[in-house]
Amino acid sequence: MVGAGVVGAACAYYAARAGLTVTVLDRGPVAGGTTGAGEGNLLVSDKEPGPELELALLSLRLWRELGERHDGPARSAEYEAKGGVVVARDETRLKALRSLAAVQAAAGVETREVPGDRLHELEPRLAAGLAGAFHYPQDAQVQPALAAAHLLRASGALVRCGERVTGLLRGPDGRVGGVRTVPSGALPAGHVVNATGVWGGEFAAAADVFLPVAPRRGFVLVTEPLPRVVRHKVYAADYVADVASGSAALQTSAVVEGTPAGPVLIGASRERVGFDRTLSVEVLHRLASQAVALFPALADVRAIRAYAGFRPYLPDHLPAIGPDPRAPGLLHACGHEGAGVGLAPATGLLIARLLTGDQPPLDVHPFRPERFDRTT
Amino acid sequence: MRRRRRTPVERVLARPGPPFEITFDGRPLTALPGQSIAAVLWNAGVLAWRTTRVAGRPRGAFCGIGQCFDCLATVNGRPNQRACLLPAAPGDAVTTQKGDGRADLAD
Ligand SMILES: Cc1cc2nc3c(=O)[nH]c(=O)nc-3n(C[C@H](O)[C@H](O)[C@H](O)COP(=O)(O)OP(=O)(O)OC[C@H]3O[C@@H](n4cnc5c(N)ncnc54)[C@H](O)[C@@H]3O)c2cc1C
Ligand code: FES
Repeated sequence: MVGAGVVGAACAYYAARAGLTVTVLDRGPVAGGTTGAGEGNLLVSDKEPGPELELALLSLRLWRELGERHDGPARSAEYEAKGGVVVARDETRLKALRSLAAVQAAAGVETREVPGDRLHELEPRLAAGLAGAFHYPQDAQVQPALAAAHLLRASGALVRCGERVTGLLRGPDGRVGGVRTVPSGALPAGHVVNATGVWGGEFAAAADVFLPVAPRRGFVLVTEPLPRVVRHKVYAADYVADVASGSAALQTSAVVEGTPAGPVLIGASRERVGFDRTLSVEVLHRLASQAVALFPALADVRAIRAYAGFRPYLPDHLPAIGPDPRAPGLLHACGHEGAGVGLAPATGLLIARLLTGDQPPLDVHPFRPERFDRTT
Repeated sequence: MRRRRRTPVERVLARPGPPFEITFDGRPLTALPGQSIAAVLWNAGVLAWRTTRVAGRPRGAFCGIGQCFDCLATVNGRPNQRACLLPAAPGDAVTTQKGDGRADLAD
C-alpha cells in the first residue's frame, strides 16, 4: 500500500484481515496528507443515487462495525453515530430537498422530513424561521487522523514512514512486481496499491498510466472549545449542489459539527486553485457568516484557527478503485474527493476482495481506473 | 559587598511605572505596567486559574509564550484569554475558568 492516509489504512486493514501480508509506505507521517487536513463527516445525505451512494451505504455499515464493536478500531477514533440534518431556509430549497430525499429513500437511505416548527427539538440552537429540514440518522462522524492510525495499528501491517515511492518495478512481462523508494531502493511486492490520494495522478504517471486526479481546495474554521451547541452534523441545502458541482470557482456552504474535544468545525469551501495553501480571508469570512446564519449563538464565539486541505478530485466525482489493466499488478484506491473518510472502509473491503480474487460486495465497474481518456 | 540582584526587575535595573491593582476571584493583586496577567498571578503565588473540561484538573501557564493554550482564563467576563499574552490593565477582573468557560452556551 502506498499512502498512509485513511484510504491506505482501510485497504491495509481489510487486506490484512483477508490473510494478506501488507506493508504500508508513506513519504511522510501517518495521516500527513489530506486525511489530516479535512473533517470526518461520514455522509449518505449529500449523495444522489448512483455508484457513490451505494459505496457510501456499504461504507457507513462498515464504519458502524468499526466504531461500535468492542474491538473495533474506530472506537478510539471518536466515532459518533450522530446523524445529519440538512436544513432549507425557504420553501424552494425545501422542495428540492424533498425530491432528493425521495430518490435517496428509494435507494436505501433512511431520511425523514422535519417541519420548521419542530426543528428546535432536534437542534435547539438552530436559527429561527427556517422552512424545514431532513434528518439522516445514518450520517456519522469520526476523527480522520485517529481513524487512520487505529486502522493501521489494528491491521498489524508493517508501516514504513519516510519512504518516498519513485517508480514501480516491472517484470520482463511488464507485470508490476514492487516499488522503488527513496531511501530504501527496490521493495518487491506481489501487488501495489496506489492510495496516494490527491497525488494519485502523479503516482500513476510514474507507472506510465493516466489518472487525472486534481486538487480541490477546502478550508475549515475551528472554534474555541464549547459545550454541545451543535448536536448533529448540520448543513445548508446548498451544500449538496456545491458538492456535485464541477466548477473550478469558489463555492462555500456551511457544514457545522461539534467534536468530542469541544471545538466546533465549520466547513467547507471548494475551489480548484492547484496546490495553493495561501490563507483566504474571503473564504473564512464566508464560512463564518454562513455558520452564524445557521447557529446565531456562534456569533460571539471565537475561531481559534483555520486550515486547508486538498481533496483528491476526479472529473466524474467518483474514486478510482480497482486493478489497472494497463499495468497488471497495480491497483488504485484514490480520488475520493470530499468523501474519502466516509468511503474508506468500503474501498478497503473492495480492494481486499479484488486482491484475493473474491467477489466484491458491489459492482466496481463505475470505479475502474482506466475510464479516463487523456484527451478529455 | 554588593547585594545580589534577584528579581527580573532588579536584574535589568528596570524602573517600572506605578503599580496598580487587578483582582483574581475577587482578591486584589498588585500588578506592574507591562506585566502579563500570568506574571501577576505567578507573582502572587497563584499557579492555577482554570480547570480542565473533562476531569476538572487545575491548569495555569505552561509555555508562557502563547503556544500551548494551557493558561486560558476568564478576564472581565470573557473566557479563553491567554493569560501569558494578555497585558494586565488597571481594574481587570480575572476569574477562575471552569472547563470551556462557556456555561452560557450549555444545555
Ligand atoms: C477541507 C476538507 C474537508 C473534508 N471533509 C471531509 C469529510 O467531512 N468527510 C470525508 O469523508 N472526507 C472529507 N474530506 C476528504 C478527505 O479528507 C479525503 O478524501 C481523504 O482524506 C483522502 O484520503 P487518502 O488516504 O486517499 O489521501 P491522503 O490522506 O492524502 O493520503 C495519501 C498519502 O499518500 C502519501 N504519498 C503521496 N505520494 C507518495 C509517494 N510517491 N510515496 C509515498 N507516499 C506518498 C502522502 O504522503 C499521503 O500521506 C475533506 C477534505 C478537505 C480538504
Ligand atoms: S502558557 Fe502557553 S499559551 Fe499561555
